Amino acid sequence: MFVYLAIMLFLPVAAMLTKSLTIGPAEFWRIATSPLALSTYDVTFTTSLIAALIDGIFGLLIAWVLVRYDFPLKKLVDASIDLPFALPTAVAGLTLATVYSEKGWIGSLLASLGIKIAFTRLGVGIAMMFISLPFVVRTVQPVLMQMEQETEEAAWSMGASSWQTFWRVLLPPLFPAVLTGVALGFSRAVGEYGSTVIISSNTPFKDLIAPILIFQRLEQYDYAGATVIGMVLLIVSLMMLLVINFIQVWGKRYD
Amino acid sequence: MTDRLKSLTAKSNLPFPSIVQSRSWVQIILISIALLFLSLVLYIPAINVFYQAFHKGLGPFLHNLSEPNFQYAIKMTVGLAAIAVPLNTVFGLCTAWALARKRFPGRTLLLSIIDLPFAISPVVAGLMIVLLYGRNGWFGPFLQERGIQIVFAFPAMMLATAFVSMPFVAREVIPVLEEEGFDQEEAAYTLGANSWQTFWRVTVPNIRWGLLYGILLTNARAMGEFGAVSVVSGNIAGKTQSLPLFVEEAYKGYETEAAYSAAVLLALLAVVTLVLKEILERRVKC
Repeated sequence: MFVYLAIMLFLPVAAMLTKSLTIGPAEFWRIATSPLALSTYDVTFTTSLIAALIDGIFGLLIAWVLVRYDFPLKKLVDASIDLPFALPTAVAGLTLATVYSEKGWIGSLLASLGIKIAFTRLGVGIAMMFISLPFVVRTVQPVLMQMEQETEEAAWSMGASSWQTFWRVLLPPLFPAVLTGVALGFSRAVGEYGSTVIISSNTPFKDLIAPILIFQRLEQYDYAGATVIGMVLLIVSLMMLLVINFIQVWGKRYD
Repeated sequence: MTDRLKSLTAKSNLPFPSIVQSRSWVQIILISIALLFLSLVLYIPAINVFYQAFHKGLGPFLHNLSEPNFQYAIKMTVGLAAIAVPLNTVFGLCTAWALARKRFPGRTLLLSIIDLPFAISPVVAGLMIVLLYGRNGWFGPFLQERGIQIVFAFPAMMLATAFVSMPFVAREVIPVLEEEGFDQEEAAYTLGANSWQTFWRVTVPNIRWGLLYGILLTNARAMGEFGAVSVVSGNIAGKTQSLPLFVEEAYKGYETEAAYSAAVLLALLAVVTLVLKEILERRVKC
């Protein structure tokens, strides 16, 4: 088991670390903060964050509707939430690019309003929303199931409005779960490649994201360039793991 | 919820009906918003895959299915999964067993380490493999001397696939093992079973649904992986092209029909995965 782990996981990580060490700090910093690299961080991280936050709001709503209300085909809707986990990302990218293109089912409606989605940053955002949605729903759902409806009913019967009940009674215990879901979705979106490479036009300084820049650097046999940007992404993913662990510990205070 | 309130109001004549009314309106609005969002992001794109693949009938699909590169890509994807899934199943079982049953230094650390492949971007995973086995990589000179090609060939694609789908089995099996506890295994030992017998006759039957669930997820990921495989494969049609890579290349080459023929196969895989998942989830809960 340790041998497998060593060959499959430690060795590759070590190879990347040593490669980045041979580059030297000055050169590393120069590549990591080159204007093109900076613009890809901006596109990657800002878009991922916005996509994850939108998923946070709608994911909470979807989880709420699935746990608390009854409606036709609810079981089917519930099962379909995992679709982004099961559907290969290349397929997701392909179909999103079609549907949101200027001739697509949804894209053509928006095109008449002058909004272009496919092959812009908006498209990248939609792809990121697609792949990170299940993270939010699936983290919030079990917490919501465990919460007792009696607490809300008590708040109501004591005269709280629905709004107050939501903000004061419902949201506080749900908040860590939503935050965990958003963080998980964010880190997934940051690393996403398959769907984003297809829906993006991959234009530098416009909608080129960091994983695609790594890929392009590798295609040009620029291993140093690829490694540096790869390290930046790796560090961000490790930080996100820490943040997620921290949120979970912090959320336990409600247990 | 509403029914309970209604029965309450019927009994006690409290001024609830107005609240009930507004609640049901809120319900309908919230359900509609949720479904609208899901339609825009999930359902319409999902339906579109099937529509694009079959809107001209089965003809184009069957035609594409007979293309040699397409068939090769299917074989490649099945081949990758056929190696990566058993490897990761054995690894996942061993890891889960060690983590759930043994106490050793670094156990908690290992628990977070096995999740690493999920946190690492697939492209970065692919990059690592290139840095390890590529021409200028650690093992590059050694491999070149012996004429072994790993990067831009099947072995690297296999490594990439195994990397990204590594944690699923362990993750699904650990909680089941922890819940089962030691009792039955200890009973088997005291009755004279050796560890091998105990494992196959007691442990595996107990965790079978969790295990199958993990294998299912591993398989879905292995067959669908794009980023990591794309980096290490070189994407040569008919040689190192798996089905997801075929989708992208066909799309970029304006062969949308071929792209959707491949996409619909992968989408069917996703649907089958979800259905089996649903069935297994029910078993796990029982």
